[in-house]
Amino acid sequence: MEHYYQPEIECASREEITRWQSERLVKQVRRVYENVPYYRQKMEEKGVTPDDIRGVEDLKKLPFLSKADLRDAYPYGLMGKPMKECVRIHSTSGTTGKRVVAFYTQHDIDLWEDCCARALMAAGATDEDVVQVSYGYGLFTGGAGLDGGSHKVGCLTVPMSSGNTDRQIMFIRDLNATVLCCTPSYAAYLGERMKELGLGPEDIPLKAGIFGAEAWSEEMRRDIEKTLGIKAYDIYGLTELSGPGVSFECSEQRGMHINEDHFIPEIIDPDTGEVLPDGTMGELVITAVDKEAFPMIRYRTKDICSLNREKCSCGRTHVRMTKPRGRSDDMLIIRGVNVFPSQIETVLLNHGYAANYQILVDRVNNTDTFEILVEMTPEMFTDSIGQIQQLQKTLSAGLQSMLGIRPKVTLVAPKTIARSEGKAVRVVDKRKI
Amino acid sequence: MSIKQISVFLENKPGKLFELTRLLADNGIDMRALSIAETTDFGIARLIVGDAYGAARVLREGQFIAQYSDVLAFAVPDEPGGLHRLLGAFNDAQVNIEYMYAVLGGEKGRAYMIFRVTDTEAAERALTERGLTPLAPEEMEAI
Repeated sequence: MEHYYQPEIECASREEITRWQSERLVKQVRRVYENVPYYRQKMEEKGVTPDDIRGVEDLKKLPFLSKADLRDAYPYGLMGKPMKECVRIHSTSGTTGKRVVAFYTQHDIDLWEDCCARALMAAGATDEDVVQVSYGYGLFTGGAGLDGGSHKVGCLTVPMSSGNTDRQIMFIRDLNATVLCCTPSYAAYLGERMKELGLGPEDIPLKAGIFGAEAWSEEMRRDIEKTLGIKAYDIYGLTELSGPGVSFECSEQRGMHINEDHFIPEIIDPDTGEVLPDGTMGELVITAVDKEAFPMIRYRTKDICSLNREKCSCGRTHVRMTKPRGRSDDMLIIRGVNVFPSQIETVLLNHGYAANYQILVDRVNNTDTFEILVEMTPEMFTDSIGQIQQLQKTLSAGLQSMLGIRPKVTLVAPKTIARSEGKAVRVVDKRKI
Repeated sequence: MSIKQISVFLENKPGKLFELTRLLADNGIDMRALSIAETTDFGIARLIVGDAYGAARVLREGQFIAQYSDVLAFAVPDEPGGLHRLLGAFNDAQVNIEYMYAVLGGEKGRAYMIFRVTDTEAAERALTERGLTPLAPEEMEAI
C-alpha cells in the first residue's frame, strides 16, 4: 500500500497546485523585491517589477540566480529575513568553488522536514520503522534533513552520521534498522564491508534505503539493492534549496516527484536560458516559493534532466524529474567530448568492477590525457598477465563505446582510491585552462 | 607433484614491493623463490614459501590480492646444457610453458627451476613418463 505524509498536498489536483504556486510566487516576489536589494537590482536591470508577476505564467519574466550570484552575495547578500528570525545555517562542502551558506527560519526548517518526511513515507517508512541516518550531520544538509523528516513521520531515528562503518553495521543489526539514509557511495561501501565480515543481506533487517547527494547510476542501484537486500530510493536536493527533499522517488521509481507546493521547476536551454517544453533535456531551474530566509528565485541548479507531467500510478500528482544525467559542474570536456562520471560508473559495474574509481585528466603537449584508476578485486585477479591485460582492454573498449573516447585504464591495489564516508572524489582535473 | 605458488597483484607505484617484503619479514616468512612479472602499469609477484596458506593470509590481511596457482619445480644440473636438456623433455612431451624462473640458493652443482605450464596435471604425467619427476613440496622445503 502506498503511504503519503501529506496526501491532500501530494495528490492535489493540477488546478490546486497551480493556484498555490501562483499565490505563493506573487507574494514571494514582492517580499524578495522589498527585502533583498541584490535581487531587486537584478529585477530592475531586467525591467520587471512585482506588479508584473501575477501567477506562475509570469515566472519566465524573472531574472535567473546562479552559483555566481551566490558567490557575489556571500554570505548575507541574499538573505530574505533579518538575522534574528533565522534559526540555523547549513553549508555546502565547497568542492566546486566557494562554499554556499544557506539560512533557515523555523518555517524553512519545517517545510524542508515535511519534504523529507514525504520522501521517507514514499520509500515505505511509517512510525513503526527504525531509520538510521548515516548522512553526515553538521553543516551538510543530508543528516539534518532526513533526521527531521524521520521525526515527522514518527520513526525511531538513529542519528549515526557517517563514518565508523563497523559500528554502523552493528547498529543496523542490533537496533533492527529498517531504513537507511546515506550517500549511495557510502551504501555501497557498507555493503562491501559487510561482505568482508561475511554478512549477507539476510543478516540485516534493512528493507529500504534513501540515497542522494551524489550522482549514481541504475547499475549502482541494483548493486546496492542486491548486497543490502533492500529497495533503494533516490532523493534530490541542493543546500541552496533547503537540502535533500526537493524531489524524491516513489514506489514506481520512474522519476522523482518535485515537491511542487514549495518548488516550481522549469527546464531551460543552458546556453540561451530559453524555457524548454516538458520531456526535453535541459538545465533544471527551481523557484522556491515559500522559503523565507534564503529565497531562491529561478535558481539555476546546473543539473541536466527533463520533466514528466504524466500521471504517476503511485497517486502523487506532482511533476517528476528524471535522475539528473550529471551536474553540468560534474561534466568534463575531454578532447572535446562531454564525459559524465556517472557514465563511467555504469560501464564499470557492467563489467563486474566495484563502482570505486577515479578519473585523472591532464593536458600534456596540448592534448588531454584521460586515465581511469580502477581497483583490482580478488575476483578479477589471475596469475596471468595476458588475462589481466585482456580485462583492461575490454574495459577500455567498453568505456570507449559509452563515451566516444578511449581512456587509459590503470589497475590499482584495493582500497587505495580514497573511500568516502561522505562524498567521493571522483575527478582529478589537473588541466590548467 | 605440483607445489603451491602465491601470485600477488602489485600496483606499479614506488614502495609497493617494499610493503610486500615488509609483511613477509614481519611475519618471519622465508621465500624459496621469487619472480616479478611487470607491465607498464602493474606487476605480479610470484613467490614460493614454506607455508603458502599462512603467507597468503598474511598478505590478504595486509590488503594485498593474493592467489594460489600450481607450478612444477625441477632440479637441473648446474652445468652448460642442463636447462636445455630439461626443456628437451618438455618439448618431447608437448608441454607449453607459460613462464619459468629460478629458485634462490640451492646446493652446489644443482639449480632449481619453477615452471608454470598450461595444464599442470597432464604436463606432470607426460614428464614423469620421460623420467622427469617434479619436486614434492617437502623436497622444495628442504632445498
